[in-house]
Amino acid sequence: MISDGLKEATKGSTAYHIWMATLTLLMLFGTYAYYQQIVHGLSVTGMTDRVSWGLYISNFTFLVGVAAAAVMLVLPTYILKDIDFSQAVLIGEGLAVAALIMCLAFVTVDMGGPARLWHIIPGIGNLNWPASMLAWDVIVLNGYLFINITIPFYILYHHYLGKKPKKSVYLPGVLISVFWAVGIHLVTAFLYAGLPARPFWNNALLGPRFLASAFAAGPALIILVLAIIRKYTDYYIADKTINKIAMVVTVAAQINLIMLGSELFKEFYSVTHHSSSAIYMFFGIDGKNALVPWIWTSIALNLLATLALTYNRFRRNHTVLFISCAVLFLAIWIDKGMGLIIPGFIPGPWGEIVEYFPTWVEIGVTTGIWALGAFVFSLLVKVAVSIELGKMQYRNRQ
Amino acid sequence: MLFNRKNKVKKNQKADLTFSEEQGKMDNRPANEGVEQVINKPQDRRTAMKGLTAMLLSGAGLLNSSCSLTAGEDEQDLAQLKWEEYFKGNYRLMTPEEKKETVRRLERMYELNNGGKINISDKGPLKDVLYGYAFNISKCRGYMDCINACIKENNQDRNSQMQYIRIHEFENGRMDFAMADDNFYHEVPAAGHFYIGTQCFHCDNPPCVDVCPVKATWKEKDGIVVIDYDWCIGCRYCEAACPYDGRRFNWSDPHVPENELNKDQHYLGNRLRKKGVMEKCTFCIQRTRSGANPACVEACPTGARIFGNLLDPKSSIRWVLENKKVFRLKEDLGTEPKFWYFMD
Repeated sequence: MISDGLKEATKGSTAYHIWMATLTLLMLFGTYAYYQQIVHGLSVTGMTDRVSWGLYISNFTFLVGVAAAAVMLVLPTYILKDIDFSQAVLIGEGLAVAALIMCLAFVTVDMGGPARLWHIIPGIGNLNWPASMLAWDVIVLNGYLFINITIPFYILYHHYLGKKPKKSVYLPGVLISVFWAVGIHLVTAFLYAGLPARPFWNNALLGPRFLASAFAAGPALIILVLAIIRKYTDYYIADKTINKIAMVVTVAAQINLIMLGSELFKEFYSVTHHSSSAIYMFFGIDGKNALVPWIWTSIALNLLATLALTYNRFRRNHTVLFISCAVLFLAIWIDKGMGLIIPGFIPGPWGEIVEYFPTWVEIGVTTGIWALGAFVFSLLVKVAVSIELGKMQYRNRQ
Repeated sequence: MLFNRKNKVKKNQKADLTFSEEQGKMDNRPANEGVEQVINKPQDRRTAMKGLTAMLLSGAGLLNSSCSLTAGEDEQDLAQLKWEEYFKGNYRLMTPEEKKETVRRLERMYELNNGGKINISDKGPLKDVLYGYAFNISKCRGYMDCINACIKENNQDRNSQMQYIRIHEFENGRMDFAMADDNFYHEVPAAGHFYIGTQCFHCDNPPCVDVCPVKATWKEKDGIVVIDYDWCIGCRYCEAACPYDGRRFNWSDPHVPENELNKDQHYLGNRLRKKGVMEKCTFCIQRTRSGANPACVEACPTGARIFGNLLDPKSSIRWVLENKKVFRLKEDLGTEPKFWYFMD
């Protein structure tokens, strides 16, 4: 199967080859940027003691959401037996794997001492579990990665052999993965929400809002991916499937907006010292306003996309749907990155406003990791689609 | 107020007792952390490490400039030491012998790299000691002698001008940190202004310790919150968790000119750090565990800084707590700092 898989992954149309070559180039560029960071230290990034997490942790946070979103397809397909999603679910799990690999990469590049990461392995190191939420996160992310690799592998392998996968084997795993997906999201939110030192994060709504925005952004990306797969392969994905996922995206985006409104009310109705981060983000303080354009763009895009999705007529028009999904994805990416991690540090513990601007190294490494994710995802989908289409099967070799 | 303060101190004392029991257990139990303890039995550890190093030296060159068998003896020695240092365990869980060994390795490495000798202490907490600090707002005039003394004493990176202490300048009439300036450059004391210094408060309930994913930072028996610079992985979660801006990160390779280096060092204190790890104020652990005052206290020309043993009823810190109206910053967070402020 491995050699078949490799063969399948390495052959394809010219477009596929150009796509993979571009991604490889971007990854090489990212590797070069990371090399600079390894040699000179994290001083080549825009981070400082005042804003000590930046683009890396922002992207990490966002991608945990994308990974968790696979559950929105898994749940109806395997458990509620909604057949519409079954073509999409393997794609969703592939997306989760790619997103998790990106998450782990983003955390690793953020480390000051990546060579000492073995200190985290229980037995030879000391994992500070259960006290540290980061220890929880290490466990749940790796666990989720394991689940999302093994279940699709089991199913695909059986399809490859031309057998029917046994429900009794994969269903318990699927059930666990549903809870686990919610878990990775809440744990990641608690990572921030558990810090009273940062009032902007120390907020009970953080976890639920993570879930809502993730269940909007993740499936929105899945819709876009399905649209591409449908166009470029023979893999059949019914309109009904896309329309149903669009419904999921819409409801999640609406809930996300309600929660955004609730947060804005709390920050701006009774302005306290704890509202400073929000004031800085939305309006700037003392002429320092690096985040202002980002957050207003995000809010505008978010509103636009959610409104478009809410009208049935627009949502059912696939051109509008795809544009809305792309816009929503972008809006939430900004919201979870520039709009969540960075303002948590501004103002600092003593009220100082020091702004953060990512450097080319950070942007390079970030681009490289996104390319890595897209690369992994393309490989997984290429092989999975071939198996599902019956193009790649064990008996074909005889 | 006075009565309350006494209670607070007692509470600290109690917390300290429970902690000391835990610590005692840890010191007695056989070390079982770190790769070396897992892959090698203690008795043949050194030999095994030698073997591993030889393998490494003849194999692919992981350690630059040392991957040749013909390399000089010093270089081989250095490679060996680096290798053993890389695989050592968490300082907190080391046996006394292991602590001595790593200290010896670090001293030897410095000698091989720089030629001179340094002295690294592994002195543990003193019995019946819990350190506390008090800051007299009426006396501070913003001279920043404390900051300069701290930098020199603690071998802080000169390139990035790292400072553990921040002096905030407030306009009279409002003690709002958001309105204060902690980055001023003019003659002091400025008319109509007052000054407050902040640094690591060595909280009795430190949020930075809980969040560390690898237990690289902890509260010692004498109340000092320390970091094992060699165990820290540089995730900076503690920096995000500290409500007092007490922690600093080495964003690049720290640099201290040879002639300015303080060679009296402590493993958990002012020994040389490396790029990618956290550091912070340790109440000058290398001085205070030998009975001296921290450098900032000694350097302060106005006597605004008071340091001492909270468990000693005759100490000046106890006198301040009992006779002055003291307060602490951000009490609402429940961190219980061992750093008080007061006015004359």
